[in-house]
Amino acid sequence: MPQYTLNVNRKDHVVDVAADTPLLWVLRETLGLTGTKYGCGQGLCGSCTVLMDGEAVRSCSLAVADAAGKSIITIEGIAEEKDHPVVKAWLEEEVSQCGYCQPGQILSAIALLKQKANPTDAEIDEAMSGVLCRCGTYPRIRKAIHRAAQLKGGGQ
Amino acid sequence: MPDVKEKGWRNDAYAKVTGKAKYSDDLKFVNMLHAVPVYSDYVHAKLVQVHTAEAEASPGVVKVLTSRDVPGSNHFGQIIRDFRIFADDKIRYHGDVVAMVVAETRAQALQAAARVRIEAEPLPALLDAEEALRPDAILVHENHGSNIINTHHVRRGDIEKGFAVSELILERVYETQFIEHAYMEPEVSVCLPRPDGVMEVRGSMQHPFSTRRFVATCLGVPLAAVEVVGMPLGGGFGGKDDTAAIVCARTALAARLLNRPVKMAYSREWSIRESYKRHPYRVYYKMGLTRTGEIRAVQCKIIADGGAYCSVTPWVTWRSTVQCCGPYAVEHVHCDTWGVYTNNVVTGAMRGFGSPQMNFVIESIIEEAAAELGLPAIELRRRNMVRQGSVTITGQKLDNHTVSMEQVLDTVFQEIGYEKKLGCCSHGQGDGEELYGIGLAMSYRGVSLGAEGVDFCAAIINVQADGSVILDVGVHENGQGSETAMSLILAQELGIDLDVIHYKRSSTSTIPDSGTTVASRGTIMGGGAVALAARELKLKIAKLFAAELDCAPEEVRFVANQLIGKDEKKSLPFAEAIRRMFQMQQFPYALGVYRAPQVTWDEEIGQGNAYFTWVYGCQAVELTVNKTTGKVKLLNAVACHDVGKAINNTMLVGQFFGGMAMGTGYALHEDLNVVDGKISHGNLNRYHLPRALDLPEMKAVVVENYDAVSPTGAKSIGEPTNEIMAPAIANAIFHATGVRHYKLPIKITAQDSTKGGR
Ligand code: FES
Ligand code: FES
Repeated sequence: MPQYTLNVNRKDHVVDVAADTPLLWVLRETLGLTGTKYGCGQGLCGSCTVLMDGEAVRSCSLAVADAAGKSIITIEGIAEEKDHPVVKAWLEEEVSQCGYCQPGQILSAIALLKQKANPTDAEIDEAMSGVLCRCGTYPRIRKAIHRAAQLKGGGQ
Repeated sequence: MPDVKEKGWRNDAYAKVTGKAKYSDDLKFVNMLHAVPVYSDYVHAKLVQVHTAEAEASPGVVKVLTSRDVPGSNHFGQIIRDFRIFADDKIRYHGDVVAMVVAETRAQALQAAARVRIEAEPLPALLDAEEALRPDAILVHENHGSNIINTHHVRRGDIEKGFAVSELILERVYETQFIEHAYMEPEVSVCLPRPDGVMEVRGSMQHPFSTRRFVATCLGVPLAAVEVVGMPLGGGFGGKDDTAAIVCARTALAARLLNRPVKMAYSREWSIRESYKRHPYRVYYKMGLTRTGEIRAVQCKIIADGGAYCSVTPWVTWRSTVQCCGPYAVEHVHCDTWGVYTNNVVTGAMRGFGSPQMNFVIESIIEEAAAELGLPAIELRRRNMVRQGSVTITGQKLDNHTVSMEQVLDTVFQEIGYEKKLGCCSHGQGDGEELYGIGLAMSYRGVSLGAEGVDFCAAIINVQADGSVILDVGVHENGQGSETAMSLILAQELGIDLDVIHYKRSSTSTIPDSGTTVASRGTIMGGGAVALAARELKLKIAKLFAAELDCAPEEVRFVANQLIGKDEKKSLPFAEAIRRMFQMQQFPYALGVYRAPQVTWDEEIGQGNAYFTWVYGCQAVELTVNKTTGKVKLLNAVACHDVGKAINNTMLVGQFFGGMAMGTGYALHEDLNVVDGKISHGNLNRYHLPRALDLPEMKAVVVENYDAVSPTGAKSIGEPTNEIMAPAIANAIFHATGVRHYKLPIKITAQDSTKGGR
């Protein structure tokens, strides 16, 4: 099997998997990073969202070959950062219900805040609409993103 | 502990935002095998033989299991034992599992699954619930003798007389659809055969005790030889009971036969194909009223499609029957309900449990009746709604709790400015592109199981020598925050800090069988048991130290981590008292049992005290409908529910919003489109789950009328918020377009949106 060097959470990993293996399964099965969740496997729910070079991507629909050489950040990589404003905001606003979709929500929110420091409600709903939450935590997600924008601004 | 209540707090919050929370599929064990299910493409067929040799010879395959490999019973069910661990005599629906492949890796198992050959003789399929009732109908279960799973009735007053004195009689037919729970986490089970002979079962299921019964029956072992351990659940909404339990039973079977840990993780496709859904209903409803708007008579015929297996259809349809007139006191009622078998996908429990369907019917027809009579619909509701001391259609006098129907209605009415906005509705006419409408619906809901089942719950408080506390409760964390709610109740009762309480993840081997965390019974039953256990423990502690505190045991108060004597003169730190108890050879330990008050039920005539208490709720929605596209945009929604007492505000409001979001999907978007017994959407594509963009601004208004029946005063919220969203939306659409819809999900054609008008 081919070898790929993946930079995940700021560390290089050499993995031995078939070229078309979705990144999701490499993260979960090969690297043991189970914070990234499977919800549909077809790019429909957003539970598997990670950051690739700072952009939100669906790891279930991304072949490992296409992720090689890029910088991948998963929820574990965010958790490593002390007091990450988005994580902090998520805790303050008590966003999680069952929590299953939340890693995907958090990474999508981080990508959004990188593009727009202070998104409006409409911009949030638009940008986040691909990440499904059956528990319906959307109103709290919106609040938490505003709060994170504030926290980030405050830290500058 | 008011600050905690304000702030909210969840024991799992941190784990869930850092990816550290371990859900079932995140578990991995040394030497673990992987199992996958094998389906056939039949909807109804006689199963002749399953050829497994080729699959068994596939690389990595350890074994292919079929019904022949089940050492215990291949049949089980909570009410009727008709579920199969594996299909045996017949294939009864498209989601029936015929075999299971177990291999070293999941990929190998998947490859081999395609090589299992199924020999079967197709049979004509029964696909319509009403047809199922015909005497010459195809039988889904020959042994059962008919397709009728169950019937329920209400006979009250004299229906003929009721219609004779009515001046307006409306007859309507309503239909609702199959919908998917769509918990974001599909079913998973991981089973470990332990050296002590116990089968340890973990998995994404919401009823550990029922799962244990499924597993033990399948393996043919005693209940005590199976330990089901709860795992963080990626959503349940009522959907992870029977079929999720069967996933666990199959996994346990493989683990038992192969004596290795086994994991079975479902794909979204399998989850959709196999798991049970919300029952589609067809309801024939006839209502008679006087000219002044008193409802005199209701006659209804309810037919619920139970799909291929019974599941909890009798319980779901029982609630529909008891609540068949909504929150209205009607003198003359004649209701007949059928739950029937078909070859469609199985249906079972889902948030709301038989009430969302009926509320859509009732809250729609009442508005039509009002319009016919030329009365405001709110007036009609007020005239007929239950009030303090009212007698329900099953003969239950509502006098043991505060009947707050009018209070919640008034609250929503004021909060959203209903009257004024009603005057602005378009009724199919308007200059702009968007037609505007506002609508409202209300309900009352029996709390917990009612006469559906035995209803009691246990909690164990085990204080350790250093004053820290282990709390074990017979309710299950489905993601709703029940562990936190239970811990908050305990902290308040014992007057101790929340952070010394550790909630023990539920295990069927440590806590008595307390039933299932469904029917919005978590807070009332579990919380009740916690409160009672805490009170027992406090008395036990107080008896030992009362003398020292110069007062009677009953006078000792537990506040701020202290035991405080009468008149606050003397005190003793809680931790100190606990330490000394151990020296006195006394365990600071208590078992609390909350038994639901007795309910009564006469099945023949459908009369009795169906539920021991009720909750009251009202919701209103504002929306616009685009004239050209028919697209609905929800603008604003207000919900008000009487929850008895709020335990954790954040989680409570979360239940409001979650329920409203789900109700929105039910009203407008979600439909599994079952055609010829097959679900049209294999995955989540084209099955439109509500997104932030689909939802209105939502406001939750909490009413708290302390309920004396509940030890904590709290009742329930998970389901009430979900069950009246669809009719509120339907009514708003009517006020916008002038067109009444009798079918869910509501589909508005461009024509519809302009042909209305009055
Ligand atoms: S699992 Fe990747 S989008 Fe659903
Ligand atoms: S928190 Fe449960 S799916 Fe989002």
